[in-house]
Amino acid sequence: MLEFLARRLFYLVPVLLAVSLLTFLTASLLPGDLAYVILGDQATPENVEALRRDLGLDQPIWWRYLGWLGHVLEGDLGRSFRTGQTVLQAVVERFPVSFELMLLAQIIALVIGVPLGIICAARSGGPFDRFMTSTAFGMLSVPTFLSAILLIYLFAVRLRWLPATGYAPLTENPLANLRFFILPALTLGLAGWPGIMRVLRSDMIATLQEDFITLAKAKGLKPFRILFLHALKPSSLTLVTITGINIGHLMGGAVVVEQIFALPGIGRLLLGAINTRDLIVLQGVVLCVACGYVLINFIVDTVYAVLDPRIRHGHA
Amino acid sequence: MSGPTLLSVEDVAVNLPTSRGNLRAVDGVTLTLGAGKTLGIVGESGCGKTMLSRAILQLLPKKAKVFGRVLFDGQDLVRLSPEALRKLRSRSLAVVFQDPMTSLNPVLTIGTQLVETLQRHLELDAGPARKRGAELLAAVGIPAPEQRLSQYPHQLSGGMRQRVAIAIALSCEPKLLIADEPTTALDVTIQAQILDLLAREQRRRRMAMILITHDLGVVAGRADEVAVMYAGRVVERAPTPALFKNMQMPYTAALLAAIPKMDAAPHTPLPAIAGRPPDPTHLMQGCAFAPRCRCADGQCLREKPSLVSAELPDHHYACFHPLRINAGANT
Amino acid sequence: MATLELSIRDEVVAGPVHKTRRLGMLFWIAVGWMILVFALAILAPALPLPRPTDMDMLVRRAPPSASHWLGTDGLGRDELARLIYGARISLVVGLCAPVIGVTVGGALGMLAGYFRGRFDALAVGGMDVLLAFPPLIFALAVTAFLGQSVFNLTCILGVLSIPAFMRVARASTLTLARREFVIAAQALGATHARILLRELLPNVTLPLLAFFLLGVAVVIVVEGALSFLGLGVPPPISSWGSMIGEGRESLEIAPWLAFIPAAAMFLTVLSFNIVGDSLRALSDPRQGAL
Repeated sequence: MLEFLARRLFYLVPVLLAVSLLTFLTASLLPGDLAYVILGDQATPENVEALRRDLGLDQPIWWRYLGWLGHVLEGDLGRSFRTGQTVLQAVVERFPVSFELMLLAQIIALVIGVPLGIICAARSGGPFDRFMTSTAFGMLSVPTFLSAILLIYLFAVRLRWLPATGYAPLTENPLANLRFFILPALTLGLAGWPGIMRVLRSDMIATLQEDFITLAKAKGLKPFRILFLHALKPSSLTLVTITGINIGHLMGGAVVVEQIFALPGIGRLLLGAINTRDLIVLQGVVLCVACGYVLINFIVDTVYAVLDPRIRHGHA
Repeated sequence: MSGPTLLSVEDVAVNLPTSRGNLRAVDGVTLTLGAGKTLGIVGESGCGKTMLSRAILQLLPKKAKVFGRVLFDGQDLVRLSPEALRKLRSRSLAVVFQDPMTSLNPVLTIGTQLVETLQRHLELDAGPARKRGAELLAAVGIPAPEQRLSQYPHQLSGGMRQRVAIAIALSCEPKLLIADEPTTALDVTIQAQILDLLAREQRRRRMAMILITHDLGVVAGRADEVAVMYAGRVVERAPTPALFKNMQMPYTAALLAAIPKMDAAPHTPLPAIAGRPPDPTHLMQGCAFAPRCRCADGQCLREKPSLVSAELPDHHYACFHPLRINAGANT
Repeated sequence: MATLELSIRDEVVAGPVHKTRRLGMLFWIAVGWMILVFALAILAPALPLPRPTDMDMLVRRAPPSASHWLGTDGLGRDELARLIYGARISLVVGLCAPVIGVTVGGALGMLAGYFRGRFDALAVGGMDVLLAFPPLIFALAVTAFLGQSVFNLTCILGVLSIPAFMRVARASTLTLARREFVIAAQALGATHARILLRELLPNVTLPLLAFFLLGVAVVIVVEGALSFLGLGVPPPISSWGSMIGEGRESLEIAPWLAFIPAAAMFLTVLSFNIVGDSLRALSDPRQGAL
């Protein structure tokens, strides 16, 4: 097990380095002089030159990359020239919001998708299965921002049950916090459940045809046990993968949803940085998000190994 | 057939709808099996022997339709409710499948798969169930049984895995064990060991057994009665010694001739049976074996021979031109 | 040994026969809708519609009437005209971006799958790294800095779709490159280029085409999301996404302003998904449609 983990960690390092390089290069190659943007009105040629020298912008690109990387490894991701806040501070502040959104969204998607996937697999070919499969397919064609405004229209405008935008921190007012999160989490959950249901369903249909399921039936075990222990466990691998991918993507802050519902998460932070041309913040946050995604994948692989002992022992 | 009848298969047929048409996997089979006896079912791939065993066990795919009756201990399994059927399983009916790599769940430990029947049917607690499980593993000849309980199937060799499958089948002392090609997926060297194990356990527990195989050599000396199947029907049925000495069906003779003989000269060509088994989606008019049979004639192609008994009342065959030979010299 | 038994099992559980029938009807309806949208978009200037940019402040947010079949928006512009002209933009971006992806990504994927070795390892590693980046942020950043325009948007979305197409092309090529017809061609002394173009390309085309259609659906959605936020196509050009974004302001009084373009987008995306999925089912029958 440890050897397996060590091997995976070995691959992790070059990927993370490549991610950091790509982030830096993209940010550096975007047009628009950072010094100009920072100085704004006060941009005279002399000031710009001075600031460029200060910021080290006149150095060759590879030198700047190494310098930046060095700072990053020490925990210094730079400082926003707009707010004066360090990038790290901003990320730490916003992260809980995006995390809570991601968590609630995944829970909703799993709560809807997993039981449906199991039922449809157990009754595959039947009317319920056909109906659910079509619904899932249709749901996948509904863009996130579409479901967002539909939900807003239904619950905020028509029924007036829930607020359309806004945020209250969890620690201050849990109830209000949840009220603000229901619609955005539901939006993302509705986008996520079809993928989960389809993947679990097709995996379980394949598993249910296996000999060991027939043997489990031959042993006279209760159908519930066969479905949830004998069939679900081997089928859960792709489920873990797709949940991991969803989490990974949502870690980038669901930009659109956060913007629509005015949630102060990482997505809105990035959007703000883009609007104000705050390259330093942009660079630092994208690095965090991309590295987070890579780490999530790594964790998914580990969970994979836990669930399937064949991979652990190197058989697969 | 002395002794009480445990299992009575009465005119059982199995229809499977496929994209190519209706597949008649089993075409009217009647068999009986007494308590504590062994029945061997022999035939080529696709003759319907596995489908027959699934029909007896009521483990057919959802789309399959079963006709006829399967009387086990007086109850018709075909018409039994799912709950009553589940109660019978393991305790009265058990099965060992062909390939233990696929019949054992790869992500559950041996212990879990062995102990769950004990807990479900014998209502043992976890501790005593595990102890009993270790005892069962030892009984089937697995060394270090305690460790094996926490291992996974892929960590054992093929022969070991099949022993585990046998242990699982025997765990609740069933009255009938169906072994579907139990040694086909194993090395030749292990095959005899597994068959001996099955025979030993059967004697010890006075269990009835159905041994399904494509190899006549497997049932010789291990079965009380042998039924030969072809194209979904039983074409010959007799007590084992009578079958081997006095076989009537040309098909049975051909099967026997196809077994490699120990004392034959090296490179002796095996007399294979020419042709291929019929397509089960197209039912033939006459005898299903006729296209491949040396003795066939016009009548064989027109009419289906029914199972009749020969001079000996226990020996049945379905053929218009039985061999009436004494095959003792060839064996 | 029990091969016939196994194949019986496969066939019986393979799926009910009506599956092909259902694919048929839905497939053709989807194709029909696609043709309708294309036709309207291409013929837009020739149709008897008011100009989509003509504002009539006297009839703002009007319900459907004889002169305005679908009503007017917040600035008095004809909704139907805007809908059809919006289709042009959404379709242009939706089609051109995946074209970039399928040509560049498809080529790279085929080369990686065929030559394997270090090039392949590099390609896969590159794909993994690129896929770690949130695509929406990438697109947003680039359009913000390079300027919002249909051209820029199309290019960046095209580039972002390259890794996905590369993966599909590589996977197809990997399975095909080991088959006998390729080895036979190599034995006959065919050059790499010939094998790639004559043997492998025809077989990779179907899965790539299926993925292309699915890609169109994705790009229409992404462009829609960006324009919805005001960060996609620059005003006064409007796509369905920007119409929905503007309609959001009027949700209380005139919800149809958001929902009509939303319905159009949904139906179009659904159609592309249906057609793409059906084609994918043809090329990989084990996966099956829906």
